[in-house]
Order: sequence, then structure tokens, then C-alpha cells
Amino acid sequence: MKSMILHQSGRMLFPWLIVLSIIVLYRGHNLPGGGFIGGLIAATAFLLASLGDSAQEARRLLRCEPTTLMGVGLAIAIFSGVIGVFGGGPFLTGEWLPGFKLPLLGSVHLGTPVLFDVGVYLTVIGFVLHSAFSLSTLSEFGEEED
Amino acid sequence: MLLVLSILTIFAGAVVAPLFGRQGRPGWSLFIALPPLVAFILLLTAWFGYAQPDGSLMVSWEWFPAFGVSLDFCLDGLSVTMGLLVTGIGVLVGIYAVGYMKGHPQFGRFSSFFLFFMGSMLGLVLADNLILLFVFWEMTSISSYLLIGFNHEDENARKKALQALLVTGGGAVAMLAGFILIGIVSETYRISELGVLAEVLRSSPLYTGIVILVLLGAFTKSAQVPFHFWLPNAMAAPTPVSAFLHSATMVKAGVFLLARLNPALSGTDLWAWSLTGFGGATLLTAVVLGIFQTDLKKILAYTTLGVLGLLTMMLGVGTELAIKSMVIFLIGHALYKAALFMTAGSVDHETGTRDVRVLRGLRKAMPLTAIAAGLAALSKAGFPPFFGFIGKEYVYTAGVSVEGLAQVALPVAFVGNLIMLALAFKAGVSPFWGKPTAEGLLPKHPHEAPFSLVFGPLLLAVLGLVFGVFPFLVDSSIVGPAVSAIEGHPVELHISLWHGVNLPLILSLCTLAAGITLYSCRRFFWKRHLAVNTFLRPRGAEAVYDFLFNGIVRFSKVQTRILQSGLLHNYVFIIVSLTTGLLAWAFWRFGGIQLDFSTESMSALSTGLVIIMAIAAILAASTNNRITALVALGTVGFGVALLFLYYGAPDLAITQLLVETLTVVLFMFVIFRLPKLRSLSSKATRLRDAILAALFGGMISILVIKAFTIQFHESIGSDLAEMSYPEAHGKNVVNVILVDFRALDTLGEITVLSIAALGIAALIAGSRRKGKGTAK
Amino acid sequence: MEILFAVLIGILFGSGIYCLLRRSIVKLVIGIVLIGHGANLLVFSSGGLLAGRPPIVESGQLAPTAPYGDPLPQAMVLTAIVIGFGLTAFALTLVHKAERAVGEDDINAFNSTDT
Repeated sequence: MKSMILHQSGRMLFPWLIVLSIIVLYRGHNLPGGGFIGGLIAATAFLLASLGDSAQEARRLLRCEPTTLMGVGLAIAIFSGVIGVFGGGPFLTGEWLPGFKLPLLGSVHLGTPVLFDVGVYLTVIGFVLHSAFSLSTLSEFGEEED
Repeated sequence: MLLVLSILTIFAGAVVAPLFGRQGRPGWSLFIALPPLVAFILLLTAWFGYAQPDGSLMVSWEWFPAFGVSLDFCLDGLSVTMGLLVTGIGVLVGIYAVGYMKGHPQFGRFSSFFLFFMGSMLGLVLADNLILLFVFWEMTSISSYLLIGFNHEDENARKKALQALLVTGGGAVAMLAGFILIGIVSETYRISELGVLAEVLRSSPLYTGIVILVLLGAFTKSAQVPFHFWLPNAMAAPTPVSAFLHSATMVKAGVFLLARLNPALSGTDLWAWSLTGFGGATLLTAVVLGIFQTDLKKILAYTTLGVLGLLTMMLGVGTELAIKSMVIFLIGHALYKAALFMTAGSVDHETGTRDVRVLRGLRKAMPLTAIAAGLAALSKAGFPPFFGFIGKEYVYTAGVSVEGLAQVALPVAFVGNLIMLALAFKAGVSPFWGKPTAEGLLPKHPHEAPFSLVFGPLLLAVLGLVFGVFPFLVDSSIVGPAVSAIEGHPVELHISLWHGVNLPLILSLCTLAAGITLYSCRRFFWKRHLAVNTFLRPRGAEAVYDFLFNGIVRFSKVQTRILQSGLLHNYVFIIVSLTTGLLAWAFWRFGGIQLDFSTESMSALSTGLVIIMAIAAILAASTNNRITALVALGTVGFGVALLFLYYGAPDLAITQLLVETLTVVLFMFVIFRLPKLRSLSSKATRLRDAILAALFGGMISILVIKAFTIQFHESIGSDLAEMSYPEAHGKNVVNVILVDFRALDTLGEITVLSIAALGIAALIAGSRRKGKGTAK
Repeated sequence: MEILFAVLIGILFGSGIYCLLRRSIVKLVIGIVLIGHGANLLVFSSGGLLAGRPPIVESGQLAPTAPYGDPLPQAMVLTAIVIGFGLTAFALTLVHKAERAVGEDDINAFNSTDT
């Protein structure tokens, strides 16, 4: 299944979609969005690239195994929880840095929940891509067997 | 602290025991006796060194404070008596087992089970919390199952082990229910606090239920009629196990429980009569059945039953004298019965048979065993000056002094004692006296047993004599406090051997005379051994057990054949129709649905959306066209997303939209690789399924409407919304809940995702191998 | 509106169950997805249906202006959607693989382990 239009538009859209997913991830704490939605958008971007091309193309763009991404995501989420423990609270207590202002972004407020959301983001990307790649591999082998 | 340490020592021993039980290192096997020895010394230290003036030592840790369950341990007279018996006899039986099972390839396993049992039993007697006691109680059941079935290649042993487990386990379930009722009525599970609450318990309407349930537990464990049959059957266990579990320790757990709860539950006719009645019945049944037995171990098992009955009966009689007699009898019995079991085992070990009809005149070949058995038998028979004599004297004294209907205890005890005396002689005297059996009749040429087999029984038998002659060794230090614990108030006790000529003494002498007469006619009964067994087999309580057991097996086979067809359709059909039926019943029974036709928040847009979604859902379910199904499914999903958006949930709407897209993509990968959809079921089946599905859907609709009209609790959503910005610095409340307030749920969720990914990876891994295979 | 929602949820469950009763393995997955939708809507609607007010704090405020949708069911459903997606993905892989192994898309052919 190769389509020139899909291929080109997928490639062109890809970086913008990734940027969009990160914006959605960041603003999720205050407006609709967050790790789940951001992760799903990013995964869609990868899939779009792979629809136009092959799964190899998406893998190349990803530069690592999707399962690695999931592992890193889980580790980040757990780590963000452990920080709270060092702060003296129970596991997953939110800890916040003092807010500061940046040009373009305005008032920035960073804390462990944001980090946790990053973990969710990565895990979701990993899962979606892993299952999609797996199913497409399964289908390709099916063709060989037929 | 010492108490817990003593229990932990034994459990730790159970863990490392397999290391010491390897073949070829017999010396190391003796390790089995070390933990109980340490525990024994710890208990002695605790009792004589640290016990409070009021006679009890307590420790407590919180466990489940919300349910009032904590790790409470208490050392009072009763528990120290039992604890010392468990560990002390444990040491001796352990040493005995080393000799008895010498060279057994699985001795390590045996020592582990044995110590595990001992630790549980010690925990049971030291526990001061009903729930904790229950836990240990079940642990003794499980470990005794493992021990009875130790020769697991023997089908009979496995069967009898299961029988013991089922009977005692079934009783334990009832007992747990009783404990919980006690907890509900008295609002505490602490046993030592129950004594003062006795009045509350007795006046509660639940009292009858409590007593019946607790008695079920105690009676099954202590093998009272009609649950007596499992104990003689448990003789399938190796002899050291029988000597330890089925004489001295585990079977006494039931009696122990009754004694423990005596301060809390006694004082009513129900309690007194159940105990006296069942105890007496057990005593009589046991001795009458026992007299026909020809197997040494079976004879001992039936006398154990008899003694358990006697103890229960004396507890039921309940006067101070009766309790004293019970404690003395309990200690005496533990000493001589364990000894007799061990000598019986030695005889079996050295001659290869346990049949009393052929065993004779072994005293020349096995002099030390003969002495031990003789001394133990004399104590059991109640000859002065043995400890057994004192026990019997007290029983008679108690029996003479009671009034009212409890007087039946005296004749029952008399008959029981005289037959038990005959049985004691059969087990402890008959094999050793008389003319030796002719050569060749015994499977093995008899020799004296090795030292390890003689040491234990000899020591126990001698102790029976020593305690009899010098009762002051135990009376005020052990027996008195035990009686106080059972009575619930301090009791003074000074035992003496000689009380002068009185009615109990005359009764004792009559017992001796009658018992010896009965013993001399033993052959008369042995001849009828087979006849009695064949008569009882289809009629006894065990037949009821077999009937129930086989019935359950048959029932499960039938229901498996009917229900477990292996066809998904049938499973789903049964589950859904039952659920529908139950829901319908619940609506009919607790009905009252208010149809509130509020048109609030209704609009043309949402109504239209809902109608389209409904049509799409039905289409997705019914079509056989793959594209149609996929499009319909997508329509439902996007419709859900729009509904979320319309009702104020933008986060959900976006998520749903993205997920729906991805789902369709994934379906695309699969659906066109599979054969076309086709109607596999017949038209009638489809119609039937459609009707069921419609009914179920209707039930769900009604349920949802019902749920809308009920508000159980104010939603905590508004609290979360108010905390969101000030405390969690987030304006999107849904996101704040996900990553902060309920972050643990989210963490769990992404973990589940990872596990699903692993599952997919595992499935694919197999496929890759296959793919490569075909490529070659 | 609640009535309509209830009927819709009922229909989703009903069609889902109908799919589970079919012998085709693809229908099985479709059924699971449909029931998932029904369950999500059920949980979502338990927070009450209010048109158009997301639970988001407007700038300058400390809490969302009432009335707003109950955020708790929303958070739960959001998790449920993603988990549901995970389930679908896994089920699809399983179905695909099973079909490959047995060579049949009829579930009734799956009840013997000999193939």
C-alpha cells in the first residue's frame, strides 16, 4: 500500500504533529490535553508516516524500539513519584518548583505531576506504536504464507 | 517477646530443616529436635521468670486495626501447659522420628512439615486473638494433612489425609463464623477480654448460634461423635506423626478451644449439655469400638478418642473439681499416650506387624521398650501411684460431687475407664508378656529397638510415675494456673496421691478389677473383629461422609458435562441469561422505577446523535459486510466522542477521537486478512440470541435509569475541583486528577498498558519464528 | 436526556452481547468494543449530564464556575478509554494469531487443543 500523496503529506506533517503533541502535553495541566492525548497525537504522527511508507520508515523515525519507550515512560512516572517520597510525603506526592516567567510561554510552573505526565506520554506512544507495528508485521507474514 | 521468639524459632527450623535431612548424614537429622528444645526452654523461662503476678504474660502487635484484629499472644496457665506439652513431647517425638525413619530419603521434608505443624500448634495455644487462633488452627489442619499423607504413594494415606482435612477444615469454617459472631456481639476478638463479657455474650440472641458454630469447629478437630471416624483413619500416618498429632497435640486443640472459651461461653444449659452429652457419647462409642480392634495403633487411636470424649465431658460438667480432673487427665494422657504410640511404633518397626493377635512375649527381645510400654500402660490404666491414677481419682471425685443430671457423667466415666484399662493392657502389656510368638510367624526377627526409639517413651513413662509420686512438682506451678485460666478466676490446687478410703477410691479399685477381667476375655472380642467392621462400614458416620464426598464428586462431574461445553457461545449465553434473570428478579422484588422524563439538557443535536449511534451499533452487530461493520463501529466511537464534547468533557472527546481513529487503523490491519464474515449460526439460534441480547440491553437500560434516580453520596468531584488550582497548581481538573490526585491509578493503568504490550510481543514472537520457518 | 442515554447504553450492551454470542472471532472483538463504549457512557453519565461546561478553572478564578461537569467520572472514563484501546489491540492480535494457528475463524473450532 504505497501512496505518493499520503507519503509526502505524512512526512511534511510529521514534525508539526510532534510539536503539537508536545504543546498539548505541556498545556494539559491547565487546558484540555495532557499525557494521554499528547501521546496519542504523537503516535498518530508516526503511524501517518508509516501508512505512507512502510513500518520501517516509522521505526527509523522513532530511532528506538517502542517497548524501550514504554519502559522509559514507566520509569519516569515512577521516578516522579519517588521524588515526593524524598520530600517526606507518601508515594506520588506532588512537589513543585517555584514558578518563573519565560518569553513566549509566559508563567511556567514545573512540578512532579508534569514529569509524571511526560511518563504517561511516552508510555502511550510506545504502546500504540508497538501494537500497530506488531499487527502490521503479523499481516506481512500472512502475505508471505499465502 | 519470648513467646513470639519461641514460635518463630520453630518456624525458622521448619524452613531450614530440609538442609539437615539429607541422606548420608544421620547425625544432622537430629536437628529436628533442636528448635522445639529451644522453644521449650524459652517457654519455661517466660513462665517462671517473667509471668505477671496475675499469672499471665501478654504481647501484642497491630495487624488489621480497622477490623480489631491484632497479633496478640498470651501466656497463662492453660497455654503454658499446652505449650510445654507441644514442645516437650515434640523434642522426644523428634528424636524418635530420627530413629524410626532412619535412611528415609525424604526425612528433610518430614522434619520441615513436622516443625511447621509444631509451630502452628504452639501459635494456636499462645494466640490471644480469635482470628489469629483461627489462622494457626488452619495451619495445623494443613500441616497435619501433609503429615498424614506423608507416604503419598499410598492411595489409602492420601485418601485418609484428605478426609481429615475436609472434616476438620469444614468444622473450622463454621468455627470462623462463630468467632465473627463473637466479635460482633462482644466487639473484641481478644480472648482474654471475653471473660468479663460473658454476661453480654450469654444474653445475646446470637448466643445459641455462636455455641453451635464454635462447637462444630472444636468437635471436628477433637474428633467427637459423630465426627470421630477421621481420627482412627488418620493412623495411616507414620507413627511419629500419630504419636505427636493424634495423641498429645492437635486433637487436643478442640478441647483446648473449649477450655479457652469456657470463661466466656459456659454457664448455660446449652453449653453444659452439649459438652457433657457429646463427650460422653464419644467416650462410650470409642471404647466399645476400640475393644474390637486388633491393630495396635487403632487400639490407641480409639482410646485417644475416648479420652477426648472424657475431657469434653468433664469440661461440660464444669465444676471446679471437674475442671481440675480434666487438666490432670489431659497432662497424664499426653504423657502416656505419646509413649504408648512410640512403643507401638517400635514394635511395628522391629517385628514388622502391629497385629496384637500374633504379638506376644516380646519382653525378652525388647526389654527397654517393654518397660516403657508397661509403665505407660499402668499410668493409663490408672494404677497407683501413677499420674493416671490421680487423674482418674479426680474424675470420680468430681463425678460423685455433682448434682442433677450431670450425675450421668459418673457411670459413663466408670464404664469408659474400665474398658480403657482393658485397652491399655492390650496395647502396652499384651505384646510383651506371655509365651513368645513362634519363629516365622512374625515378618521380622525381633530385636531391641535402637536408643533413639527407646529414649522418648521411657522418659515420658517415667515422668508419668514421677509426677504421680511427687505431684507437687506440677500442681501449683502448672496445673493450678491452668485450672484458673479455664475457670476464669484464681483457683488453689494441691494434688496429693492419697485421699484416704472413700467412694472414688472404691470406684477406682472396681475399675481395676473389672478392667482386668475384661482384658482376660480379649480373645472373645478379637474373634468378632471382622464381623463388627463389616457391620459398621455401611452404617457408621463414615458412610455418611463417603456418601457426601462421592455425591459432590458426582455432582461436579455432571455439572461439568452440562456447563463446560468448551463453546464460548454457551458460556456467554448462560452467564448473560442468568444475569438478566437475576436483574429482572431484583427489579420485580425491589421495583419502583420512576420514569422522570426531564427534557433538560436535551437538544435536537444530541437526540439525533443518539439515534444515529443506536442504529450504527445495531448495524455493526448484525452486518456481514466487513467495511460496513468497520464504518458502523467507527460511527459509534465518534458519536461517543461528540457526546463527550457536548456534555462538557473536551479531554474525553479528544482522547476518544484519537483512540477511535487508531482502533479503526488496527482493525484495518486485521480485518482484511481474515476470511469474510459469514453467518455461522442457524437462523433460530440468531433469533434466540437477538432476543436475549434485547432483554439484556433492556435490563441495562432500566438499571441505568434506576441509577440516575439514586444518589448514594455527594460527589467528591466538587471538592477535587476546588482543590485543583490552589493545591495542585492545575486548572484542568480532569488532568489534575489523573496526574496528581489519583496518580497511582494512572500509574497502574500505564503499567497495564505495558503488560498488554508484553502480551502482544509474546504472541508476535511465536509468529516470527513460524514466519522464518516457512520462509526456509 | 437521561432516558435517551439509558436507552443508548442498553442498545450498546445489547448489540455487544449479540456479537459475543456469534461464532466469528472478528465479531467477538467488535462486541468487546461496543460493550466498552456502553460502559464508558454509563460511568460518564453517572456524574450527571450538563451541557457544555468543562471542569476547567477560568483565569482569575480559584475554582471552576458552577455548574460544571463532574471531573471524577471524566478522569475515570479517560483511563477506561485508553485501557479499552489496549484491550482492543491485544484482542486483535490474539484473534489474528488464533486464526492463523487454527486456520478457522469459527470459535467453535477452537474448543479442542489438538490443532
